[in-house]
Amino acid sequence: MSALDHSSLAMGLADPVFGSQLVFRTLLKAFAAPGTIFDLPETISGVPEQLPSAAAAALLTMADYETPIWLAKPFESIRPWLVFHTGASSSREPAEAKFAVISAEHSDVSLSSFHQGDERYPDLSTTLIVVCSSLEGGRPVTLDGPGIKDTIVFAPKDIKPALWAEIAENNALFPLGVDLIFVAGAKLAALPRSTQISGDF
Amino acid sequence: MTMLQHDPDYNFGYLDEQTKRMIRRALLKAVAIPGYQVPFGSREMPLARGWGTGGIQITAALIGPEDRLKVIDQGADDTTNAVSIRRFFARVSGVATTEETSEASIIQTRHRIPEKPLDEGQILVYQVPQPEPLRKLEPSEVETRKMHAWAEYGAMHVRLYEDIARFGHVATTYSYPVMVNDRYVMSPTPIPKFDNPKMDDMPALQLFGAGREKRIYAIPPYTKVKSLDFEDHPFTIQSWTEPCALCAATDSYLDEVITDDHGGRMFVCSDSSYCEDRRAKGHIGKELAVAEALDYVDRGEGASHDA
Repeated sequence: MSALDHSSLAMGLADPVFGSQLVFRTLLKAFAAPGTIFDLPETISGVPEQLPSAAAAALLTMADYETPIWLAKPFESIRPWLVFHTGASSSREPAEAKFAVISAEHSDVSLSSFHQGDERYPDLSTTLIVVCSSLEGGRPVTLDGPGIKDTIVFAPKDIKPALWAEIAENNALFPLGVDLIFVAGAKLAALPRSTQISGDF
Repeated sequence: MTMLQHDPDYNFGYLDEQTKRMIRRALLKAVAIPGYQVPFGSREMPLARGWGTGGIQITAALIGPEDRLKVIDQGADDTTNAVSIRRFFARVSGVATTEETSEASIIQTRHRIPEKPLDEGQILVYQVPQPEPLRKLEPSEVETRKMHAWAEYGAMHVRLYEDIARFGHVATTYSYPVMVNDRYVMSPTPIPKFDNPKMDDMPALQLFGAGREKRIYAIPPYTKVKSLDFEDHPFTIQSWTEPCALCAATDSYLDEVITDDHGGRMFVCSDSSYCEDRRAKGHIGKELAVAEALDYVDRGEGASHDA
């Protein structure tokens, strides 16, 4: 038996019980207020460098052996870390994934290839984590819908017009469609399927 | 990490972490699809199903050291169900509890929405006996799933119309069905229809847990919630001819309380915290003295006891 290579295994949540509780409450707040940017409390020390800490925290909080995860190319190398901490299996097809991590900049997979939910069970759809370089300063879109008091302007970086168009199309499928969590560094914002998106794209 | 004292024989919040994750995933999907019932793997809890196990499981998945929990049953903080659930969480999580609506970060409720408007950031957790608003019309889950999938809600309108044909008005006074975000017909749980308008555009997040029926659903803040009605028979709420006998409130939901065995009765606020708060501010109802003499409320203190 060869020695296990520990160097690839960064830390997980410092406190699995209270850390995941804090992260979950932030995620819940984010889903209840689409487009609002939330700072994640510091719950992890040292994550795989390819992954923003917000994405790592969300995965450690929500994923386990019941949730196959699909990783886009730039993130494939985090698989051992993810499996070690969550036990989540890898999903070969995007449509089999409960969670997926994609890069906003290098996205080459269409949102419609993920699980869209079933008419009778729309909750079965994939939740996507979209990795951006920043959640501010990008092309602005206006959001409206449940959780938003009037309207809110959301401008994450690296989202190409084609991706915005795809997201708007996805959300027009409501109650079907995927839900998105945008992450950059230790910040996150949610864009569930219930949100209507308008803007120049 | 935490200074809290929770019973060390249990995980924090009673549920194991894997169960919490499963419930948390269901909650996020529920918020993403307002009014839609997400199935979840409801666990056995240390009290019987039907006593709020759905609400308790949601609260257990939410609760953290920073929270302050309020539990009400039919509006009151001091009834058996509310007291036992509050004690349960004090034991398994050690978090602070409160009876003051505005101080609470999580309010678990059975069959009422507090009178005091809730704020952004607060979470209202409902205990749900029957999550399916169409169940009395269609016993099959397979069929009701399809009705929701295709927004086939004609049967519900027929049911309400039959009330109008028979009684001249919609006779449903609690569990009055609502349309959420113009898409899903949803059971508001057995709250009086008096509370239905509070759900619309509420700044707080509303979560619903049905333990026996294994369903979770949600209404995000600032979401349109409309009680079903007809143009010529618009939705109306209950009203009373008298104010609250204890605090003289005219804007709250009143319960009838029998005071003797000769037909004596009075109408008092069902929201005990709201009523106490008003009495503390000097609002005095017509029969406060009678209630004090009956030990229904503490003399002078204004603190109410169980009804």
